[in-house]
Amino acid sequence: MTSNKSKELLLEMKNIHIDGFSDERWHKILKGVDLTLYRGEILGLIGESGAGKSTMGKAAMGYTQPGCKIIKGEINFNGIDLAKLTEFEKRKIWGTKISYVAQSAAASFNPAHRLMDQTISAANRLKINPTDVLKKDAIKLYESLQLPDAENIGDRYPHQVSGGQLQRIMTAMAMSPRPELIIFDEPTTALDVTTQVEVLSAMRSIVDKFNTAAIYITHDLAVVAQMADRIKVLRYGEEVEEAETRDMLSNPKEEYTKSLWSVRSLIKPEETNQDYILSIKNIDAAYGSSKVLHNVSIDIPKGKTVAIVGESGSGKSTTARVITGLLPQTKGEIIFDGKKLSQKLEQRSKEELRKIQIIFQMPDTAMNPRQTVDEIIGRPIEFYQGIKGKEREAKVIELLKMIELDETFLDRLPSELSGGQKQRICIARALAANPDLIICDEVTSALDQIVQEGILKLLQKLQKELGVTYIFITHDIATVKAISDEIVVMYQGEVVEQGLKSKILNPPYPDYTELLLSSVPEMDPDWLTNLLNKRSS
Amino acid sequence: MLRLSLGLVTVFAFSVIIFSTFSFLPGDFATEILGQSATKSAVKALRAELGLDKPPVTRYFDWLGNVFQGDFGSSFSGRSKVQGDQGDRSREVVGLIVPRLKNTLFLTGVAAMLAIPLSLILGISAALYRNSYYDRSATGVSLVTVSSPEFFTAYIFILLLATLFPMFPTISTVDEDTTLAERFYRTALPVFTLTLITMGHMMRMTRSAIINILSSEYIEMAKLSGASRYEVIVKHALPNAWAPISQVIAINLAYMLIGSVVVEYVFNYQGIGRLMVGSVYNRDLPVVQACALIFASTYVILNLIADLIGIISNPRLLYPK
Repeated sequence: MTSNKSKELLLEMKNIHIDGFSDERWHKILKGVDLTLYRGEILGLIGESGAGKSTMGKAAMGYTQPGCKIIKGEINFNGIDLAKLTEFEKRKIWGTKISYVAQSAAASFNPAHRLMDQTISAANRLKINPTDVLKKDAIKLYESLQLPDAENIGDRYPHQVSGGQLQRIMTAMAMSPRPELIIFDEPTTALDVTTQVEVLSAMRSIVDKFNTAAIYITHDLAVVAQMADRIKVLRYGEEVEEAETRDMLSNPKEEYTKSLWSVRSLIKPEETNQDYILSIKNIDAAYGSSKVLHNVSIDIPKGKTVAIVGESGSGKSTTARVITGLLPQTKGEIIFDGKKLSQKLEQRSKEELRKIQIIFQMPDTAMNPRQTVDEIIGRPIEFYQGIKGKEREAKVIELLKMIELDETFLDRLPSELSGGQKQRICIARALAANPDLIICDEVTSALDQIVQEGILKLLQKLQKELGVTYIFITHDIATVKAISDEIVVMYQGEVVEQGLKSKILNPPYPDYTELLLSSVPEMDPDWLTNLLNKRSS
Repeated sequence: MLRLSLGLVTVFAFSVIIFSTFSFLPGDFATEILGQSATKSAVKALRAELGLDKPPVTRYFDWLGNVFQGDFGSSFSGRSKVQGDQGDRSREVVGLIVPRLKNTLFLTGVAAMLAIPLSLILGISAALYRNSYYDRSATGVSLVTVSSPEFFTAYIFILLLATLFPMFPTISTVDEDTTLAERFYRTALPVFTLTLITMGHMMRMTRSAIINILSSEYIEMAKLSGASRYEVIVKHALPNAWAPISQVIAINLAYMLIGSVVVEYVFNYQGIGRLMVGSVYNRDLPVVQACALIFASTYVILNLIADLIGIISNPRLLYPK
């Protein structure tokens, strides 16, 4: 990709400082970041949440979100300093010379207008080509992005097409006025891995085709490796390092950059046994009239970790809801510890409830924001074990130590904790019930890579110490490798495969597992190219 | 279809409530008209004549059956000579209500024509210049107008525009011969009152609906694709705001109609609200029932229209997946 790029400067950002206003005061979001981009080049901008990468991407257009302002710095685009332009002048550049592809296509399309009208609206503003020419061109773009029924898909409304299709249509919309620069702001983060591959390849080929320069923002190193010629790593609003993609991957210089890889190197040796703590047999479940689980049977060995993997809509979270009794099954039975569990939550005994605990994906919404850590962890101790007063406090502190925090956290509210700390408190809350089985529903997917690693290590340590069993629900294969003994693959409400990790992750695969595993991006810049070659042959 | 039948059920339930409330009121038309010194036999005779001696349930279903045939019955009052040239014959309720309904519809119609565009413009501009002095004073003033009761607003208008600066009449009596221009002139004060009491709510809700939409991601996207301020509002925000805005308008139109009961009384305007108040006073059940039914159905119909606008303006409901 790097070969035939010109060295003509397109964008030069110098010493960008941006402040943002929140919690009643101004914070520094960017502290003097530089960026250069040549015509036709793709620059990857990576970092964790809060690193300022999205702010940097928008600043490249001279745009700041409401509540943010550019303190100083130059943004030279084609020799014009965007930081000095008025809103009116910038509008002539936005959408036509520089266009933007947002993270959540579903939220970024106006629900009230047809897709075609939105696709050509920016190009229409240029008044160079008449509308029908633009429409024909848009259909061609749809075709080259491999959208189904390219001729007519533009007549639909945003809610009538899938997320992956919307993301491609947004790329067509960005490309329609033939901009010189496209900002991709985490365009595939909200997509499933199998969809992500299609969208990535479509975006890459169209950017190549028109030789458009792009800034590609993401937190996923493997994704950026497929797209970018160069990679810049940001952290806390400052640059960590920048290098050509291949150099960066083979030889990261900074400690921080290396740590971004680390979660992928975490691997657990597998073990299993035939002593099942939980068996669900031939379960069917439905939300209203739409059936979401079809004849699902899973066995969970005691003291081990079973990962349930699948795309969104595969029924993995629903399975968790059935096990906990939040959603009564319509058919089948659940055997826990040798006894049959009632379908409904209300009919289960306190002891049964105690033994199965759940940790949710979003620690922010899973905790009462008005309760202190002491109250959050203390309640299940009191409720399930009837321990009160001093003894209870001792227990809470013991649990805090287990999750590698200390008693200084007792009086804090959830809002005073970081994302990783919140998830730790949620783990402690689950442990407070002294459960036999913990269901972890996407517990790491809202967290940054390094924090993820910490949480996964903690969960493994706790399993060793307490012998607790985990059901680990995730769509992330790296996490699966890191934590599981056995894997269950689900697709459209059915179990595709269940078995030991080594068996599932090695060939031969059933078709769907093959598709799922091969779609997980790897740290090899040629991965996408090779994969597409393989699939087309 | 479901909404329509639900609406019918609402109207029906409302008529039951009105009817039963009336049976709990002390006295009936007979005792009210004949006075305290009336003999028991006289009261009894009048009751028998009006059908008031039958049990309430029977009377209700008799009345309901007639309504379905388009017959709202006859006013009780008409049979005495109080109502003038009709002589001894009682007046049909329909004949009594229709001209007054026309008057009320005229009043609320004019007020709506004034209030709806004004509050939309004010609401949208307040949302656009959010937290400016303009926005703050507009929302502040609207809070005051929403909180003051309509009779108070009406008297303030009388004080200002009729007494201190005599521009408009305080009495809005109109009849069939009044010309249109004259009508506008005479009804100015009640129209202003109705406009003011509903405008605040509509304006505030429009403002918050627009602000809500302006913070959504597709608005940021529209800005980043170079849309002008005007385009962002008219093309991107408004089409998504029609559903909440039409709901508020429907509620306020209904409120206007009900508010006209008080306002008509204050300005002595010959509308349906005044008729209803008078009839309650006289225990003139058929008239009250008919008025109440009209109020209830307007409310239901307005809400149906708002729902319809909500569906039409939302492609998600109009074009299923």
